[in-house]
Amino acid sequence: MSAVTTTEAVLSIRDLRVAYATPAGMLHAVDGVSLDIAPGEAVGLVGESGCGKSTMGKALMQLLPPGAEMSGSVELEGEETVGIPTRALRKLRGEDMALVFQEPMTRLDPLMKVSDHFVEAIRAHRPRTSKDEARAMAREALQQMGIPPTRADNYPHEFSGGMRQRIMIALGIVMRPKVVIADEPTTALDVIVEAQILDLMDRLRRDSGLGLILITHNLGIVAETCDRVAVMYAGRIVEVGPVEEVFTAPRHPYTQGLLRSVISTDTTELASIDGFPPNLLDPPEGCRFAPRCDQAFGPCPTVDPVLTPVGGASRAACLLYPGADPTGTVDPPAAAPTDDEARWEAP
Amino acid sequence: MSTVTDEITPGTDTTEDDGILLRVRNLHTHFGSSGGLFSRNRKVVKAVNDVSFDLRQGDIFGLVGESGSGKTTLGRTILGLAPATSGEVWWRGRNLAELSERQFRPLRRQMGMVFQDPNASLNPAMTIVRGVGHPLRIHGLASSRAEVRTQVAEMLERCGLTPAERYLDTYPEDVSGGQKQRVVIARTLITKPELVVADEPVAALDMSIRAKVLELMLDLKDELGLTYVYITHDLTSGRFVCDQIGIMYLGELVEWGDATAIYDDPQHPYTDALLGAVPLPDPSRKGREKNLPVGEIPDAQDPPAGCQFHPRCPRAFEPCGWEGSDLVDFLERRWTEVDIDTFESELGATGPLTAVEADEQEARFRGGASRELLPLLERLRGQEENRIFTGVEDIRTDGGDVVVRFREGPAPALQPVEGRMVACHLHGVVERDPA
Repeated sequence: MSAVTTTEAVLSIRDLRVAYATPAGMLHAVDGVSLDIAPGEAVGLVGESGCGKSTMGKALMQLLPPGAEMSGSVELEGEETVGIPTRALRKLRGEDMALVFQEPMTRLDPLMKVSDHFVEAIRAHRPRTSKDEARAMAREALQQMGIPPTRADNYPHEFSGGMRQRIMIALGIVMRPKVVIADEPTTALDVIVEAQILDLMDRLRRDSGLGLILITHNLGIVAETCDRVAVMYAGRIVEVGPVEEVFTAPRHPYTQGLLRSVISTDTTELASIDGFPPNLLDPPEGCRFAPRCDQAFGPCPTVDPVLTPVGGASRAACLLYPGADPTGTVDPPAAAPTDDEARWEAP
Repeated sequence: MSTVTDEITPGTDTTEDDGILLRVRNLHTHFGSSGGLFSRNRKVVKAVNDVSFDLRQGDIFGLVGESGSGKTTLGRTILGLAPATSGEVWWRGRNLAELSERQFRPLRRQMGMVFQDPNASLNPAMTIVRGVGHPLRIHGLASSRAEVRTQVAEMLERCGLTPAERYLDTYPEDVSGGQKQRVVIARTLITKPELVVADEPVAALDMSIRAKVLELMLDLKDELGLTYVYITHDLTSGRFVCDQIGIMYLGELVEWGDATAIYDDPQHPYTDALLGAVPLPDPSRKGREKNLPVGEIPDAQDPPAGCQFHPRCPRAFEPCGWEGSDLVDFLERRWTEVDIDTFESELGATGPLTAVEADEQEARFRGGASRELLPLLERLRGQEENRIFTGVEDIRTDGGDVVVRFREGPAPALQPVEGRMVACHLHGVVERDPA
């Protein structure tokens, strides 16, 4: 895996691996993921439950549970963050990188005023900040997220679910981080509130030039709010590229199946992907999607594909495309799709 | 096919040949609330409030709404699982809403419910054959254990669990989430019901298998001649799945009628907002103007006056039910958009908003209010985008107080619009019968 970092990337992930120790052995939840995020860029990380997308988010923040093993490299503006001392890590979390979770209620202290959450968070990073200064910072961050300044001294229970999530995001951005990782930030919310919050986050990342990693199972959210999308399957990225390319001409059979299975307002036929994701305690030796793939051929069960350019700015890990075969022994089938002939019909 | 609007005459029973399986009229389900552990003022939550619709035989009627809209309670009330406060549910010449539990019980096997979470719907201590066969025993539909087994096996296979022998003697924990929901569907259908209320049947499933389960439900509907009430918060599936659709907001039906017509050309601003907010896997929609409603669903214990959607509605106008609390919300929202100096000077003029006395008629800024307050309110009133002021009767001083008085705003009744029923004053102010 190349260790070259593009100069523009604010966050550069190389060969990230996370394994959990389980009674049945090591479970490789994230298995060799590489990804760059540019300042002001929103990258969607999508996949079904268990694909490793949430583990990715926690790993980037180095908030993995005990018993998890992490390796690889995560560079923030060219500085390595993996393996740095706890002190430096503490500064990193919250100040340079922030994580926004799914359940805002469980992340706010019910006995603390909202403004005090901010004072505490700000002083943890800059102990010499005066209370007034911290409160002014809080008010600005809250206002940016659409929380009335008159409500800053209310308690968390005095806010609705959507407001609490706005508060969580405001807490995340108050130190002006360079990267925000949002893990299903709107999943528990209603569709209108979800749209409100996604719009706010979109404006925020553009105005403040912060890199946004949006982890979600909702392909619609990714299509409408992200610049690029990385599709994860069984701990790996199987396709990555600009949303305009991936959603209109998906190259990996899994992405194609996933997009076909989305039920949309213009759906005229239902589709789904047969079978189940593999057991990550003992993943198959070849392509991990091969057992479910309707386009699998000879070498798929034995040769493990790598990401390769598949036209435009997209890459896919599938043996249908020349270059995906690390062994150099596979001839793609005669019917292999070419750049201008992707096997895809919009649903 | 007669249009929806011909059939809205209240309080009429269904007939043999009108094709209506279930007719709901002015249905209310209210819950008493203690208003907190030590509070004396009991408040009522109108979970279902004056709902009327017709369910045609063989149709799929989608009840669509956000959390707290009352869609699940409506589904449960239809099946007698939640007691109706008042109203009518006509089924084969009987008003189900009036039946006692005893009278209802024999009808239960004709109606089934599929719940959202398959994990919570099956008894983990019962094998699948026992669980699925349980309703047969309760309703005395099978005389022997062998007969139960045969019928269960047949239904499991119909639900795609083949060969049934492989599943009969296993426990719910032995099968996957999608298979579990198939088991739940099999249990619902084992009594051969005619009506099935499916409450978010696929919401708990992973997206790649949702389509599979929906497909099964559609196939079973055709094979067994079922009629569905499909409860969902997910607008995207409604168009493909439903024939008719009812959009619920805070316990009320705001628009109902032909699904295609509603999706193509929504007539209620709330329906329009929902459809505009739904994210679709289409990058060309990026950056479009969503025209989103402000705020969130209000507290059901203290719902807005007039049209319940008016505080959030991008098109609300004079008759929509503006009231005192809307002014407080308006100012708070305004202050998230202005600069800090404007905020502080305006807050200085209004004083703390927690001190504003607000009711349906007025908002009263208590005595000693700043001299800047009246000019501030008049200036805001002059700005056309501040829709709240369309509902303001006058702004005056009363002793030391500054009082903003609001006009009456009647609650909108469902009225026929473009071949469906819509409860919105934009189509003409039709007041709902206060009874």
